[in-house]
Amino acid sequence: MTRLGVFICHCGKNIARTVNIEALREKAATLPHVVLAKDYLYLCSKPGQTMIADDIREHRLDKVLIAACSPRLHGKTFAQTAQRAGLNPYLLDMANIREHCSWVHIDGAEGTEKAFSIIKGGLGRLLYAEPLEPFQSPVTKRVLVIGGGVAGIQATLDIANSGYEVYLVEKSPSLGGHMAQLGETFPTLDCSSCILTPKMVEVSQNEHVHLLSYSEVTRIEGNIGQFQVTVRLRPRYVDETLCTGCGDCVPTCPVVVSNEFDQGLGARKAVYLPFPQAVPAVYTIDWDACLNTDKLIICENCYKDCEAKAINFLMEPQEKMVEVGAVVLATGYELMPVARIGEYGGDEYEDVIDGLQFERMLSASGPTGGVVRRPSDGRIPQNVVFVQCAGSRDPEHGIPYCSKVCCMYTAKHALLYKHAVPDGQVYVFYIDIRAAGKGHEEFVQKVMSEERILYLRGKVSKIFKSGAKLVVWGADTLSGRQVEIEADLVVLAMAVIPSSGSQKLARTLHIASDLSGFFSEAHPKLRPLESNTDGIFLAGAAQFAKDITDTVSQATGAAGKALSLLANDFIKLEPTISEVEEGICRGCGLCVSICPFGAVKMLPSTRTGAMVAGINPILCKGCGLCTAGCLSGAVTLKGSSFKQIFAQLEEMV
Amino acid sequence: MKIILGNSHPQSLFAQRIEALSRQKLFACYQCGKCSSGCPMAESMDLLPNRVIREAQLNNGPVIMSCRAVWFCSSCFACAVRCPKGIDIARIMEAVRTLQMLDGKPITEQPFCEDTGTLPQIALISHFRKFNM
Repeated sequence: MTRLGVFICHCGKNIARTVNIEALREKAATLPHVVLAKDYLYLCSKPGQTMIADDIREHRLDKVLIAACSPRLHGKTFAQTAQRAGLNPYLLDMANIREHCSWVHIDGAEGTEKAFSIIKGGLGRLLYAEPLEPFQSPVTKRVLVIGGGVAGIQATLDIANSGYEVYLVEKSPSLGGHMAQLGETFPTLDCSSCILTPKMVEVSQNEHVHLLSYSEVTRIEGNIGQFQVTVRLRPRYVDETLCTGCGDCVPTCPVVVSNEFDQGLGARKAVYLPFPQAVPAVYTIDWDACLNTDKLIICENCYKDCEAKAINFLMEPQEKMVEVGAVVLATGYELMPVARIGEYGGDEYEDVIDGLQFERMLSASGPTGGVVRRPSDGRIPQNVVFVQCAGSRDPEHGIPYCSKVCCMYTAKHALLYKHAVPDGQVYVFYIDIRAAGKGHEEFVQKVMSEERILYLRGKVSKIFKSGAKLVVWGADTLSGRQVEIEADLVVLAMAVIPSSGSQKLARTLHIASDLSGFFSEAHPKLRPLESNTDGIFLAGAAQFAKDITDTVSQATGAAGKALSLLANDFIKLEPTISEVEEGICRGCGLCVSICPFGAVKMLPSTRTGAMVAGINPILCKGCGLCTAGCLSGAVTLKGSSFKQIFAQLEEMV
Repeated sequence: MKIILGNSHPQSLFAQRIEALSRQKLFACYQCGKCSSGCPMAESMDLLPNRVIREAQLNNGPVIMSCRAVWFCSSCFACAVRCPKGIDIARIMEAVRTLQMLDGKPITEQPFCEDTGTLPQIALISHFRKFNM
């Protein structure tokens, strides 16, 4: 004979305001199998939990219903209470009489009646509940970090310094990401590469780090604790183990192409090192630019000049399989192309550039040696217009969100330009100044007042050419006037968007991204470092536009998440997953196509050998889609069986 | 009126003169409008105090030189005390008045507060200063 206990929570006044707890408890006590019905002001409080545990033991309750809030809030709390009292936690269920009842009802009588039917339903469901045991899955103690910018570097170092192996996969020939391109960083004006390159070197020297540069992740299988990753290593045509980084291959290379590291402002050869501090310090042949093809060798200049004999035109792509327990995604951002905004000239005008290009100009190692010059004629500009929110906060034509870093870097650009060209004039168009970081507002205010920068409140409507000059049409909404500026150089603070390969990667990894293409976090407030796939963590601008400080914080956080996973030899997984009854399954395979997690596969039955559905308990999230979809009723979701659900419905209606 | 800035229109000549006369940092102003919200004379002004500063930042000479608001300013310094950026707006008003006078604007044309008897003393004193009495 089942001995049921019902505990009703007042939740202060949250439930008691609408529901007549006294009446509810009396009615609940009369229900079949109920041997104990109690109420309490806050069941989730320590005395409340102690009361429940004591009653479970004292009254030998074998199933317990907690009528309180949503199980999303306190499901775990009460499951632990049951466990402490020696009751299988899956024999304790919750009836949500707060969110589903007291919060949405005004009338007390109606509310009480509904609460009663919810309790009746809960008890019905509980009658068929069976004890379940969580199961375990082993954890591979290695981590894959995708993306070698400052986020990936930080996460890699944090994990590697804890003694775990890290595979760091970077798409481009060198680590560093966008941070390596920056001149100085706001608001402290630290030299960007001076603070980044030591970390890059640290990565290359750490014995726990396997750096896979010029590589991409092409496939991921498995699940939390045990991912099987396929990495494609693109051929560099230079042997990494032989190349000394001397650069003798460069001078005689006949091919000159624009340098992506300088955002197209400078040039490089087909054989190149992206920048002097590149890690690994190994040259790469850009095969698209090189005169040679897979079938034909036309030019051997670099091969002849290389004393180390590191050049190998026959190099082929390689695939590497790695097994890891966790993944940190740090694929970063890029800027929306200037071409997207036609009214600013698209990319028609050489002297309309984006923020990263200006950054390269300010960099001492940049194409102009740190001198600000107009790309068109190389002259030093006297009037520079900065346009913030270029593409950002423009749901009609660009992106709806604020790119977050532009206010700060534009102020920094204005400051650095004024220091370089003291008699030059700077105009900044903005719609709001968003400087909500430590020292940020102070920085912007200082730039405005000390450098006497004219901030114009309005969005620029049009930029066009007039002779050698650019004419900028804007407005100053503070004075209510149109503004026309004859400028030498226009710098657009283009919107920050996810890096171009991130969507493909999201599909490879089976993780979700938001409407703008940034990877989605598991919970916007409480789980910002986790993707919606267990074991895959997020760091940096791949999750959303953010500055270096926030990126490093998030990367360290993601590393911490990965480490806390690796600290376990096994992970406990919820037993509330689907189960196939082989004898009933007719092998139609419908569930295989329904499952969003790829957890169902057709396998030969252990008894008959016929193909039947088999569920991977680690991949299954217990969503129940297969149980609803199965035409034969062969699939059961443990903890929410058909018997339980029908009993609940029957009691409620 | 359109504001023209850039190569052939050096931006800050006018602003520089006001800064030199008032010894205030014109570009420290971020146009919050607190000076205007508390100005006891604002209702009589053709340009609110923050707008006077804005026009100066924009180097808008014609508007500044013809603005009458500065003559309504009684130099009560409420704005200067309350300004979050520590700008002494009353000094800027004074600088604009000086510029207008240097420009040869006859003082007699300027408005004058009639009921001097009810004015606070500080305002009366600043009126003397204003009209070189």
